Amino acid sequence: MAIPEGLRYTREHEWIEILEEGRGRVGITHHAQDELGDVVFVELPRTGDELSGDDVFGTVESVKAVSDLYSPVTGKVLQVNESLEEQPELVNEDPYGEGWMIQVELTELAELDGLLSAEEYAAYLAEESGH
Amino acid sequence: MSRTSTVYNLDEPLIFEQSSPGKSAYSLPPLDVEDTPIEEILDPGMTREEVTGFPEVSEVEIIRHYTRMSTWNYHIDLGMYPLGSCTMKYNPRLNERTARMPRIATVHPMQEAALTQGNLELIHRLQECLQELTGLDAATLQPAAGSQGEMVGILMVRAHHEAQERPRRYVLIPDSAHGTNPASAAIAGYQVISIPSDSSGRIDIRILRERMNEDVACLMLTNPNTLGIFESQIEEISRIVHDQGGLIYMDGANFNALMGYARPGDMGIDVLHLNLHKTFSTPHGGGGPGCGAVACRGLLAPYLPSPVIEACGDGFRVNSDRPHSIGPVHAFHGNFGMMVRALTYILTCGGSGLKELTETAVLNANYIRARLQEYFHLPYPTPSMHEAVFSDKTLEPFGVKTLDLAKQLIDEGFHPPTIYFPLIVRGAMMIEPTESESKAELDAFVEAMIRIYHRAREDADAAHEAPRLAKRTRLDETRAARRPVLRWSPENET
Amino acid sequence: MRYISLTPEERQVMLQAIGVEKTEDLFESIPVGVRLGRPLNLADPLSESSLLADFKAMARKNASGEDFAYFLGAGAYHHFIPSVIDTLVSRSEYFTAYTPYQAEISQGTLQAIFEYQTLIAQLTGMEVANASLYDGASALAEAVMMAARVTRRMRVLVPEALHPKYRKVLGTYTGNHLSVTSVPATSAGSLDPEAVDALLDDRTAAVVVQSPNFFGVVEEMEEVARLAHRRRALLVAVTTEALSLGLLKPPGEMGADIVAGEGQSLGLPLSFGGPYLGLFATRDRYKRQMPGRLVGQTVDRKDRRGFVLTLSTREQHIRREKATSNICTNQGLCALAVSIFLSTLGKNGIRDLAEQNLKKAHYLRRRLSDRLVFSGPVFNEIVLRVDDPEGLNQELYREGIIGGLPLGTWFPSRRDQMLVCVTDQNTRRQIDRYIRVLQRSRVTV
Repeated sequence: MAIPEGLRYTREHEWIEILEEGRGRVGITHHAQDELGDVVFVELPRTGDELSGDDVFGTVESVKAVSDLYSPVTGKVLQVNESLEEQPELVNEDPYGEGWMIQVELTELAELDGLLSAEEYAAYLAEESGH
Repeated sequence: MSRTSTVYNLDEPLIFEQSSPGKSAYSLPPLDVEDTPIEEILDPGMTREEVTGFPEVSEVEIIRHYTRMSTWNYHIDLGMYPLGSCTMKYNPRLNERTARMPRIATVHPMQEAALTQGNLELIHRLQECLQELTGLDAATLQPAAGSQGEMVGILMVRAHHEAQERPRRYVLIPDSAHGTNPASAAIAGYQVISIPSDSSGRIDIRILRERMNEDVACLMLTNPNTLGIFESQIEEISRIVHDQGGLIYMDGANFNALMGYARPGDMGIDVLHLNLHKTFSTPHGGGGPGCGAVACRGLLAPYLPSPVIEACGDGFRVNSDRPHSIGPVHAFHGNFGMMVRALTYILTCGGSGLKELTETAVLNANYIRARLQEYFHLPYPTPSMHEAVFSDKTLEPFGVKTLDLAKQLIDEGFHPPTIYFPLIVRGAMMIEPTESESKAELDAFVEAMIRIYHRAREDADAAHEAPRLAKRTRLDETRAARRPVLRWSPENET
Repeated sequence: MRYISLTPEERQVMLQAIGVEKTEDLFESIPVGVRLGRPLNLADPLSESSLLADFKAMARKNASGEDFAYFLGAGAYHHFIPSVIDTLVSRSEYFTAYTPYQAEISQGTLQAIFEYQTLIAQLTGMEVANASLYDGASALAEAVMMAARVTRRMRVLVPEALHPKYRKVLGTYTGNHLSVTSVPATSAGSLDPEAVDALLDDRTAAVVVQSPNFFGVVEEMEEVARLAHRRRALLVAVTTEALSLGLLKPPGEMGADIVAGEGQSLGLPLSFGGPYLGLFATRDRYKRQMPGRLVGQTVDRKDRRGFVLTLSTREQHIRREKATSNICTNQGLCALAVSIFLSTLGKNGIRDLAEQNLKKAHYLRRRLSDRLVFSGPVFNEIVLRVDDPEGLNQELYREGIIGGLPLGTWFPSRRDQMLVCVTDQNTRRQIDRYIRVLQRSRVTV
């Protein structure tokens, strides 16, 4: 199960990648898309919406399930991945790349410290599946 | 031996693909009033040229089209339909005959009551039967389906608490409940608190006690619950809820297990809905119409949807003057045609017959359970009533899942059970045979299940390929949901 | 008991297999305290013949379309129903099947619903339609709640000339969370765009327009749609008389965002108010906000076309309290009947039938022009000024006619008005008789 180094993770299975100029890119993890199965629809916020850490910013749907998407950080939505409207399968095929969901403006960098590293996320998954 | 054989049926394109200009399937009498041109009556901007895309076919083609398509359906007249919680019982033909009696079926709903005394009497008699069966004081037949009945019941609960000047905020719902329960509670403006089941498959009383407080409007209970298990602590549950001023709503989806044996009104239930299309044999019609009758204690009667049908002198009246009512949920009296069928059924069976049906439904379900339990895992071994819930645990080691079992049953000539519900059982298969099945039909089903069990060990791949004998092999639901095609148009013709 | 197929011997074998002695043992989980310790207080079983006699006796106490000519509409209409419909919907394969969850053995129902969705989309001029809702009134309530979800606003404008029962049902559904404001009708009986504009604000989720409205008047919606859209509100079009769409410009061509309606006119008997059919259609962009079941086209593993229930993540069994609606069962068999009706009439028949309604109603309207309350154009319903509507109905009854709806029940200021409906089922002789009785009643007053 791919868990790239350098990204930060949530316990709700989102990732955030820190880009230049205080921007972050958010998506769901390989594990999350695997659990969901074939993604058929992604509902995303509008550009300009303000999010707080832990806010639900959208939903991701498979044929028989819906999951809320939680924002890892506080900030304004700068961009949404419009390709997902036509090609929701990108979330399955390339969850850390083409399947990204939103870009946000990072306002509270300290929030990142509360998120998991790749190693911690891997341990968290191991612990979850142990149950 | 499977009871299916090679399927012989005809393919059939969409009706739109058979259309050619110049064909027609209707006849109207000649116009017997003056033939004023349309444009002299309506401004040309108000009319359309034609309904673009509507088909033009002959009457023969209509009959063949719908007949050919019909042969691709499984249905209760063909064989057992063991959908748990759906109560697919035989639909008596007598019901259809009474529902089509012209002087019953061609009455207009807005006529004055004096001219509809027969139909009002019919509704009133059915209400009285349901009150006796449930042990409750009043009833309405207006809701068009169980889910609308649920909404009505919860709105009545809300109206009651508002009359006490405390609307309350929460509704308690067990984790085994139907999805309509929380959806209905949400429509009534309530927040849902889930109550987990204990290891016996019943409501966890300890947690119920913890979560019940004066801000809880009601508990929504299904009894027997969706595992088919009777909530034996119902008297204690009733005390816990009522002591805090709460009410109990019962989802009557599983009433087929109780008729003649126990009455919700005697268990402390304040309001419930009954699905006439389940317990009272009205046909499911490929997804409706149904009827979600609601019965309640006298305490809640003022809030019943308006109008109510009441006896008055030696006749019946439609009473709309009800200031405390939650209001109507249907433009007229509800799905009246379903009431005619349900009353026909109740009067045909009589009190003794209804009890015998209940006994038989419970006997049939327990027989299946007894015969299958050495092959399939019973997640809750507590005694169950009209249905039995198994899981796919014994198939799992071979990579065969509940869905594969369901699809193989199709090739064996049976409709599959309800699958993946209740949500608290992983890989659930919920089997409800109803009283309609003979022992031979039950045995054939059991043997088909056992064959599938053995086949999982021998040839898991075959399981994944089922069904092979149906009109279609497994359909691509992902494709349907990713790029929805929800109507025909000339462009998406294939 | 003829609906049971077990012999006493078989019951014994089955009890043995279960490991209990008698059937009552299977009910032991019901505590003694709540068991019914007596037989049900219901009558003894009735034989088929006795039952039929019982129902015939009740039927005789009704005045029905079997013996009377109807001039009563108001949301339920007496129209021609081709014989093929009952023949086909009576096939076991349709009426004794369940909701098509198992697609492979439900292709008949699924394809029929797919065709139904297409026909309703075509009829309303919209892009997508669902597999049906309960009736016109609850369809309107669902449409308004959907508009509130889409716009995230909580206020709705409804016309005075909305069917009063629909208005009440809307109130029951939305009373806890939406505010409903009424817009008065003009002297023509139609919705006043200026009044709409004055009431529209940035909290308004939707403007509802009914056409033909409760007074029978055909509405032109374009202007109201434009005003609503300028405020980013949706236009919800509702009809109680779907047959009119065979002739009238469809709401989809007039800017409607959601169309809700009653489908009874399209092949369903009056049946004392139900089962009828809730029509529901919308724009493609709102399809994921729709309530109710939807069927979609896909392929099987051999790449053959097939149909499945789809977009089910909107629904209660998955999304539970966050579902777009609590609806579960719809009006499946009624939708099938309407599909057969629309396919049987087809492109020409739907128009011919609608035209007959229009022309017959106008035959009556022209002859009673001095009694018209509203000047606006009508389809098949007309409001007439009558001194004593109840008394007139009595007189008409003696002539074999169910007369019309006295409006005073619903609109206290309209006690001297009656809503009259003329359909394809009314012959010229009946209409003439109606006019004669009405003119006579004038003399007696």
